[in-house]
Amino acid sequence: MSELLQVEDLHVWFDLQDSGELHAVQGVSLSVDPGERLGLVGESGCGKTTTALAIMGLLPPSASVSGRVLLDGKDILDGGEASIRPHRWVDIAIVFQGAMNALNPVRTVGSQIVEALELHGRAEGGQARLRAGELLESVGIPAQRGTRYPHELSGGMRQRAAIAMALSCNPRILIADEPTTALDVMVQAQILELLDGLCRDFGLALLLVTHDLPVVAQLCDQGAVMYAGEIVERGSVDDLYHEPRHPYSRLLFAATPDLDGKRGEVASIPGAPPRLDRPLQGCPFRPRCDRAFAPCAKLRPRLQRVGEHHAAACHLNGVPEVAWT
Amino acid sequence: MNANGNRPLLEVEDLVVRYPVPRGLVSSLGRKPKENVQAVDGVTLSVRSGELLALVGESGCGKTTTAQAVLRLVDTTSGAIRFEGRDITRLSTRALRPLRRRMQIVYQDPYESLDPRLRVRATVEEPLAIHGLGGSKTEREERVRTALARVELSPPELFLERFPHELSGGQRQRVAIAAGLVLEPSLLVADEPVSMLDVSVRAGVLRLLDRLRENGLGILMITHDLSTAARFADRIAVMYLGRIVEEGPAQEVVHNAQHPYTKALLSVVPRRDPRDRARPQILTGETPDAVRIPSGCRFHPRCPVAIDECSLRDPVLERPRNARTPDHRAACILA
Amino acid sequence: MSVILNEPGFVVDPEPVRTRGGFVWQTIRRRPSAAVGLIVLSLVILGAVLAPWLAPYDLHTRVGPVFGHPSSSHPLGLDDGGIDMVTLLMWAARTSLVVGFAATLVSMLIGGTIGVTAGYFGGKTDGVLMRITDYFLVIPDVPLMIVVAAIWGPSLFHIIIVIGILLWTSTARVIRAQVKSVRERVYVKRARSLGAGHTRIVLRHVLPQVAPLLIANTVLTIAVAIFDETALSFLGLGDPSRISLGKMIENAFQRAAISSGAWWAIVPPGLLVAVIILSCSLIGGALEDALNPRLRVAHLSARTFRLRPLVGRGAESL
Repeated sequence: MSELLQVEDLHVWFDLQDSGELHAVQGVSLSVDPGERLGLVGESGCGKTTTALAIMGLLPPSASVSGRVLLDGKDILDGGEASIRPHRWVDIAIVFQGAMNALNPVRTVGSQIVEALELHGRAEGGQARLRAGELLESVGIPAQRGTRYPHELSGGMRQRAAIAMALSCNPRILIADEPTTALDVMVQAQILELLDGLCRDFGLALLLVTHDLPVVAQLCDQGAVMYAGEIVERGSVDDLYHEPRHPYSRLLFAATPDLDGKRGEVASIPGAPPRLDRPLQGCPFRPRCDRAFAPCAKLRPRLQRVGEHHAAACHLNGVPEVAWT
Repeated sequence: MNANGNRPLLEVEDLVVRYPVPRGLVSSLGRKPKENVQAVDGVTLSVRSGELLALVGESGCGKTTTAQAVLRLVDTTSGAIRFEGRDITRLSTRALRPLRRRMQIVYQDPYESLDPRLRVRATVEEPLAIHGLGGSKTEREERVRTALARVELSPPELFLERFPHELSGGQRQRVAIAAGLVLEPSLLVADEPVSMLDVSVRAGVLRLLDRLRENGLGILMITHDLSTAARFADRIAVMYLGRIVEEGPAQEVVHNAQHPYTKALLSVVPRRDPRDRARPQILTGETPDAVRIPSGCRFHPRCPVAIDECSLRDPVLERPRNARTPDHRAACILA
Repeated sequence: MSVILNEPGFVVDPEPVRTRGGFVWQTIRRRPSAAVGLIVLSLVILGAVLAPWLAPYDLHTRVGPVFGHPSSSHPLGLDDGGIDMVTLLMWAARTSLVVGFAATLVSMLIGGTIGVTAGYFGGKTDGVLMRITDYFLVIPDVPLMIVVAAIWGPSLFHIIIVIGILLWTSTARVIRAQVKSVRERVYVKRARSLGAGHTRIVLRHVLPQVAPLLIANTVLTIAVAIFDETALSFLGLGDPSRISLGKMIENAFQRAAISSGAWWAIVPPGLLVAVIILSCSLIGGALEDALNPRLRVAHLSARTFRLRPLVGRGAESL
């Protein structure tokens, strides 16, 4: 199994203003094969964006990190910024949340791609401009639009431009953080189709970070559900939907309305996620779980195999003959 | 279970909201003709008590402007708005004031719709103070508690003295709804009430709206999320570029859509079941801006089944041939 | 897959995250220099307020020779009239501070009102008010004071008015910008859609949001007002019957203190003015920083995230 990217036991802490720390990521492990698409799913505050930023080494000075991030088997995290830097953009690239609003407003779109190329020594001058044009075309923007400023383009176009920028150095993994969240559903479909095509054509691996389950169901092969800073279940998206082995995954799917189904039958999960600035005892989901039982209050469950390529962190999996639906 | 009484609570007829494109000094000096944004270009709809109408569409379709016009928060260019039988289109601010009690709005952003300096009690009490209602202090307190109970924030003591930043998004949204309910309105306009909430919390708030609807409240819900509309609305009206292009009972519109835009929209909504790989009908390009509306049918440039006549004729809302209920209407000459 | 959950059991955190201490404490913690400024300013104000009782000597009694040297009984020496410098300083600070605070009050009232009105109502009102602001912005202070002094005579009152009407413009600008942004907040729109009147909205929703900025601006304006007063007095346009820090410097200047080598006649008042202005600036600056979260520039810092040793397989708690 030649994993392209492997994250092992990643922990991230943020210094809090008065004192203490926020334990935002609590032991996340995941892996992405070449060409594979992994969806990292969870609601606000679960740590998915922080995980993505940690992989890229883009955390602020108030953060401390531990764990290993292996690229082609080599740990790129252990030297901090110095060891991650050569791989940023060249091997792993990221399209940020709200990237469409993060383009430099005083420079043309094309020139920003050229800048990325030149910074990483991929091309210069006329060569770079040509390549920028090619990249724009590959994301569905006519090359001449490269002379436009970001505010002259629509939201969907800007998002495509941000993707083009991320692809400028031919990375092997693309991390997309909520790439379609602020977009209309039709534009979202266009962008998802684009990502699908790009990953296929360029053999890109994709780490899709989002709260939108259906998007993961449609675009990704593998999924990992995060809650309170850790992965509570991972497996194929098919497994996650049809055979969930963690109450949170099951409830999350049940809480996502679909076009079909009867009126009003949508679940909600009472309560709120736990605070991460205090040590947690037992299972972090227990206060909101509808199937909690004795061990849940005392022992924190670990990720255990529940099937081929399917793992979940729930004590119920240790109990034989439990009905999951 | 849906309609109560014979007269609809809210009736909107041929509403048009047009405003000039703001121009800089240079353009004003030039001789170019003034351009107008046709935000709402002839919308007719109605909401009955005990009914939830979902106004669905993408950004720029005019759904938010329609909602604001209904509440008289923006000026209308032409058309009529009737609330509880009364024409309110041209009423003055003063005359509107008592009516404002009967129609309330809930906004999209729970993190911004509450004044961060006021406790929950003050926020929910404010509408009473503005309208001089509720009598003595104890009476007001009673009404505040009732409102909090109605939005399922129980026991009220736990919430009365809290500041917004101490509450979760779902709780804040419930407080905002309570502040709307304290005046006992008959119509509630909800602008994307759950789109900024976490998925696990949305259904709770939507079910709350559903329960309020069962108790007789009429709700006009603006949303871009067709799945939510499908599950919680009685009727759906789909808007495109300032017009309603299809409307009818929710299940009918979702499962028997007749307008090409509605069909395309439904096909691109991602399904949560990975095995359900519907073929999405992705339209090219993006919605044109409301300044230059295409001739004939406004959807024809992007329509996958448009014929020549579509660029000439502007279709009206009428019952499609394949409609399964009498109140299903679509604006397409091919339907 | 049919799961239906009913009543939401709400879990309200019994210990919500509350920042310890109030706004002022937080501000000082972030910028300790503000604490220094606060202490120093308080001492100066205290000294000035209590001057009639604390001053070691009488203000008008000659106790020694012209430009008497500093000695144990007169730590800062004597001025050109043989009066004790420490006494003079206390009384002069009193006048300077009074003018500074009073002028600031005038300026705040005018600037605050115009700023709120322009920002809240926008449109034509805003346009007209901003034009007026622009006109006041270009009026030079010294010539105006000369004119006022010539026509109505120089007095404390006149100086306060002149400084006041020259300083309100920047306040108006700053407040207007803040009001404009607060006005667009959803909760203000909500209040309007509820039918709340303008008065209510301004008093209840806008002003509380604007108040901290107003306070920060006030403190900074005091610094400028005191400086202005010093300058005007130095030019001889101040109230001749009162002693102020600027006047002290002017006196010393006129009576050739420097060439006599009497540094104690010039340096202390100048230094005191500088200290007051610096204190105000430190406090006001700290307040402004605290109010403007966008001034955070952590991402521009050269420091990066830190590494920690491996944790080991997820610890289970018991």
